[in-house]
Amino acid sequence: MTTLKRRLPPLKHRLWDPKAETMSREELEKLQLERLQATVRRVYERVPFYREKLDAAGVKPEDIRTLEDVQKLPFTCKDDMRAAYPYGLFAAPLKDIVRIHASSGTTGLSTVVGYTRRDLRNWSDLVARLLTAGGVTRHDVVHISFGYGLFTGGFGLHQGSERIGASVIPVSSGNTERQVRLMKDFGATALVGTPSYALHIAETMYEMGVSPDELSLRVGLFGAEPSSETLRREIEAKLQILATDNYGLSEVMGPGVSGECLNKNGLHINEDHFLAEIINPETGEALPEGYTGELVLTTLTKEGIPLLRYRTRDLTRLDSSPCSCGRTFRRMARVQGRTDDMMIIRGVNVFPSQIENVLLEIEGVEPHYELVLDRVGALDTLEIRVEVTPEIFEGRMAGLVELEKKIRQKVQSECGITPTVSLVEPKSIQRSQGKAKRVIDKRVF
Amino acid sequence: MKVSQITVFLENKKGRLAEVTEALARRGVNIRAASIADTIDYGLLRLIVSDPVQARQALAEAGFSASETEVLAVEVEDRPGGLASIIRCLADAGINIEYLYAFVGKSGEKAIVVLRSEDTERAREVLQKNNVTLLTGEQVHRL
Repeated sequence: MTTLKRRLPPLKHRLWDPKAETMSREELEKLQLERLQATVRRVYERVPFYREKLDAAGVKPEDIRTLEDVQKLPFTCKDDMRAAYPYGLFAAPLKDIVRIHASSGTTGLSTVVGYTRRDLRNWSDLVARLLTAGGVTRHDVVHISFGYGLFTGGFGLHQGSERIGASVIPVSSGNTERQVRLMKDFGATALVGTPSYALHIAETMYEMGVSPDELSLRVGLFGAEPSSETLRREIEAKLQILATDNYGLSEVMGPGVSGECLNKNGLHINEDHFLAEIINPETGEALPEGYTGELVLTTLTKEGIPLLRYRTRDLTRLDSSPCSCGRTFRRMARVQGRTDDMMIIRGVNVFPSQIENVLLEIEGVEPHYELVLDRVGALDTLEIRVEVTPEIFEGRMAGLVELEKKIRQKVQSECGITPTVSLVEPKSIQRSQGKAKRVIDKRVF
Repeated sequence: MKVSQITVFLENKKGRLAEVTEALARRGVNIRAASIADTIDYGLLRLIVSDPVQARQALAEAGFSASETEVLAVEVEDRPGGLASIIRCLADAGINIEYLYAFVGKSGEKAIVVLRSEDTERAREVLQKNNVTLLTGEQVHRL
């Protein structure tokens, strides 16, 4: 890491918009309230869907007097967007819309989003923020391996990189060997894409006999799918880069909702453009800071498709403790799972990812495990079946007993549920397509 | 050469022990001694074999979790008090034994006790000082 190309810009240059990104909470909340009021007025006047919903809830735009009043507003769900396909939620006429994107639509009708010229300008700036936070400057050569077709990832990062003044290579996805050759020949210093594709690129690179020393890569900015600390470490080691995560979803804008700084300690949410809440996905009630729940986002500046309280179905928690990077925006933890995955055990919400994190921490390797839910009498039971792989087996009975105990105690303190732990032989947990089915629910409701 | 023990993790399931031993047989690995420590759900099979390297490969290929541990192999007179005198000198030196098991060598006159202590080096010193015969890896594995 001593070569010039791997050097990072000084701290003060790692903020794209210092005035916005370091504003006091007081200033920020004032700005958020003004923007929230304008957004509610805008959708009430322009989007029949929202006018009906607000009327049904008995809420008028002028009822929003404080930020907490956001809780009076109805939620918007993915299904609402599908029902409005394609343009039903647009709050601007098509003559003012300059770009249209859509989500992949793998789980049904795709959702369509439109951007005004001002939306695109904001989007570029918000992506420029996360790129800057991740160490990218105008001196960088940015290799973008996100797809560009309708998906927001490619264009989102593309515009942001251009906004910074970096040299952008819009490679898009596919043909991995060619990607490696291009990175080498063009001297790419920053890699943008999904973490799983980054790992695939790294593995292909080694298969081709190309060593990371032959590349100029310095940083990687990854998003658009769930990641983990293990995956990050693996990518960083294989490509010899600093990797940061960023988060966004096409319904709300695309990449640029939040991104990590180089402290890699949570993703700073661009709170001047998005109002974030964490709710209990079961009841819809707001949860206090620090609790894990569903992330709900309200757009504060969007013109094309403003959304009120959009339920992301992503599980995370918020943290407002200060960050040494200087940003005052709160951070969200890396997405820990989807509300769709949530288990309710003895009335407690538990996510497979929470248990995976415990196992990861204890074993230090990607665990092979399975969760079995059952009911004995009136009581739910959770059994965690963990494979004793050669990596974690050191041949001592005391070690195994200790392992069981640690898992039990750690899960108890993290999730509030005492599981039974079963140690099983390697490969005894069924794998489908390389990925195990994690939860088996034997309970009869 | 040190005396090496192979430990295999086994779930308490029908046929698993047969599969371990068959995997070793196919590789031409001979089992000199075996012992099982078990809980309700799983057990540890501890083996002294003719060729630890081959054994580990065979087990890995058959999909078992196995590890290799250094143990001490002690020659014990086949008479009342033979084992007691050895254990006494370790106890007096404050050395704990985690587990032990015994088998009879080719000669049939003396027993061989395999023992695992929390501090193998100190146990070795104490036993040597007390004129206990410790077998080498060559002697144990190639009986």
